[in-house]
Order: sequence, then structure tokens, then C-alpha cells
Amino acid sequence: MTKWQIYKNGVLKENPTFRLVLGMCSTLAITTAVVNGIGMGLALTLVLTGSNVIISLLRNVVPKEIRIPAYVVVIATFTTIVDKVMAALTPGLHQVLGIFIPLIVVNCIVLARAEAFASKHGVLESTIDGLGMGTGYTLALLLVAVIREILGTGALLKAKDFGFSGFRIFPEEMGVKLLILPPGAFLTLGMLLAGMNWLVAKRGAKKHD
Amino acid sequence: MTEYLLIILSSIFINNFITQRFLGICPFLGVSKQVETATGMGLAVTFVMALASGICYWVQKVLVALKIGFLQTITFILVIAVLVQFVEMVIKKSSPVLYRALGIYLPLITTNCAVLGVTIINVNENYNFLQSVVSGIGGALGFSMMLILFAGIRERLALAPIPKAMEGFPIALITAGLISIAFLGFSGFNLAALLSF
Repeated sequence: MTKWQIYKNGVLKENPTFRLVLGMCSTLAITTAVVNGIGMGLALTLVLTGSNVIISLLRNVVPKEIRIPAYVVVIATFTTIVDKVMAALTPGLHQVLGIFIPLIVVNCIVLARAEAFASKHGVLESTIDGLGMGTGYTLALLLVAVIREILGTGALLKAKDFGFSGFRIFPEEMGVKLLILPPGAFLTLGMLLAGMNWLVAKRGAKKHD
Repeated sequence: MTEYLLIILSSIFINNFITQRFLGICPFLGVSKQVETATGMGLAVTFVMALASGICYWVQKVLVALKIGFLQTITFILVIAVLVQFVEMVIKKSSPVLYRALGIYLPLITTNCAVLGVTIINVNENYNFLQSVVSGIGGALGFSMMLILFAGIRERLALAPIPKAMEGFPIALITAGLISIAFLGFSGFNLAALLSF
């Protein structure tokens, strides 16, 4: 696989959210606003890329039997770094994302890539894989968040933390409040997944003809 | 007493781990295909969550005393991993039947974000030891209840005629959304007033 293919694989073919259906908790919980999606996406990309690099470097050193605990410690270290950096730089966003930042440790995407990719490939490939998967995850979060924020509040890109009041698309009273409440997350993601399945099936059928 | 009942009821109905807090979605979607396995998973998670809540309370005390609070995430996840391994060994020795029933779900509990989630929530809420354990049990009961309820629905969904693109995860998520709407009704409850009768 070329470097570009590895990157594209994470974004499209094996998109962690829509194709592999991993890391659902954070996807559902924090997509109430686009800025949360960007913050969470960046945080996960940093942890994923960092831990991929270290795990790839350690892949010939760590004994096979204790590899999972070793991976978890590496991932937890990067999560703590990202957690503390975010608390210092963007305290408001850090508070909104709340426990979902420390919970990156148990995000299946990170451990899955460590086990399935970084422990078998070189440093450069693992870095690119981390970036690709991170981008795929961020884009998926953005897609869900854009739908929920626009339909739920009638505005886009509202970011109190950065002093940005966002673009108003329609009056707030006309927004569907349900979409920014917890049920809206399940419904939006369910519909999007169904749409993705439908698209993939359609493209597959076309290739057959 | 009322205080503990309040924590249990609110973590089962109002702040349900799955429908309102979005913790433990992976096992919720993955293991909820049959009522039997869902019950087993629920039992195992309840046990681990209660233990983890209690132990992590003291661990946090030690971390704060040593002024190394920033190691919270690393320490908690290691404590949970060790705990799950320990529980697995104990169950294997004491009850091979239960071990076989839970089998593959036991090691998976380490990466269940509900377990790490509840320990962090306990710290953030400043719960004392007993409150932490009760909150762990309450959260786990809410989790198990949803898992079993959902498994019952999914057993029927498997037989229903569903559009091809909606099969599997999409319909499961939409069903979860509808359940979540129902649970939203509890959010207006004033539990404290209810229990003071």
C-alpha cells in the first residue's frame, strides 16, 4: 500500500465511525455543536497518532503476552497529556467535553489501531495511519455535529470559548430541540449509518454491472 | 438512607448511563442480541463497577495525598484492568459454570467506558466511599436494565422485515433513540420530593 492509500483507507474505506462502527460513545455524546466535534476530533487524532508512533517503535521490544497492558499505558500517557494541554488552552471546551477526554483511553479506535496496525507496521506507516483514522473520525464527528447543530439550534459554528457567535441560519425557536438532546444523537447517527450503507450497496451494485 | 436511594434511582432513570450519558455504547450495541448474554454481561459489569468504584475512591485519595493527581487516568485504567483480570481468575476457580457463561465478555469489560466513566464521575462529584460504591452499583443497574430491555427488542427486530440498508447498527441506534426519548420523560422528576413522602 502506498502512503496515500493508507491515509485514504482511514478516511473513507475503513472510516472508524461509519464503516468500522467504533468509538460510538464520544461520537454520540459530544456532537451537539460543531466546535465540540473539532475539539474532540483533534484530541483523538493527537492521541492516536502519538500512541501509534510509540507502539510502532516498541513493537519488537514488548513481549506478546503483555502487549495490551503496555499499549494501554502508552495510550493513557498521551490521553493525560492531551487532557492537561486542553485544560490549559481551551478551558471552556475542556469542560464541555468533560469526561470524554480521559475516556479516550478506552476508545476502541485507538486500541484497535494499535493492535491491528501499529504493532505490525513501521513508524512512518503508523503515523500516516493514525492521521488518516483521526481525520476520518473528525470528519464523521463534523458530519453528525453539523446536522445536529443546524437543525437543533438554527445556527452553525457557535463557539463561546473563542468568542464566536456563529452563523444564524433560521430563528432558534424553529429548531428541533430534540436533536441536541441525547435521543437526537442516536437518531441522527442511525439515519446517517443507514444512508452510508445504502450508498455503499448502490456503488457495489453499479460495479457489478 | 434517602441519599443513597436518590443516587441509585437517579443513575438508573434520570442519568442512565446509556440513554443520557452515552457510556458503554459498544457493549450495548455489541452484546445485546440475546437476552441471556445481555444478562450475563450485565451481572459481570455490575460486579466490576461496584468494585472499581470502591477501590478507585481510595486510589484517588492516595494520588491526591502524594500530589500526583495528574496520573489519575493511567492509574484508574490499570486498576480496572487488574480488577477485571482478578475477577476473571476468581470466577474461573469458584464457578466454572458462570465463567463459561460470561467467558468472552469478561476481558471486554476493561474497555467498557462505563467502568472508567463511573470512577471519574465519582471523583468529579466528590462522593464519599459509600456514595461512590452506591453510584457504581446504580450506574451498573441502569446499564444492565437497558442492555436486557434492548436485547428483548432486538430479538424481535431480527425477525422483522427491515429495509436492507437499515439492518444491524442503524435500526439498533434508531431504536435506542426512541428508548432515549422515553427516558427523557424522567428528567423532569423531582426525586428528592418524591422520596420525602
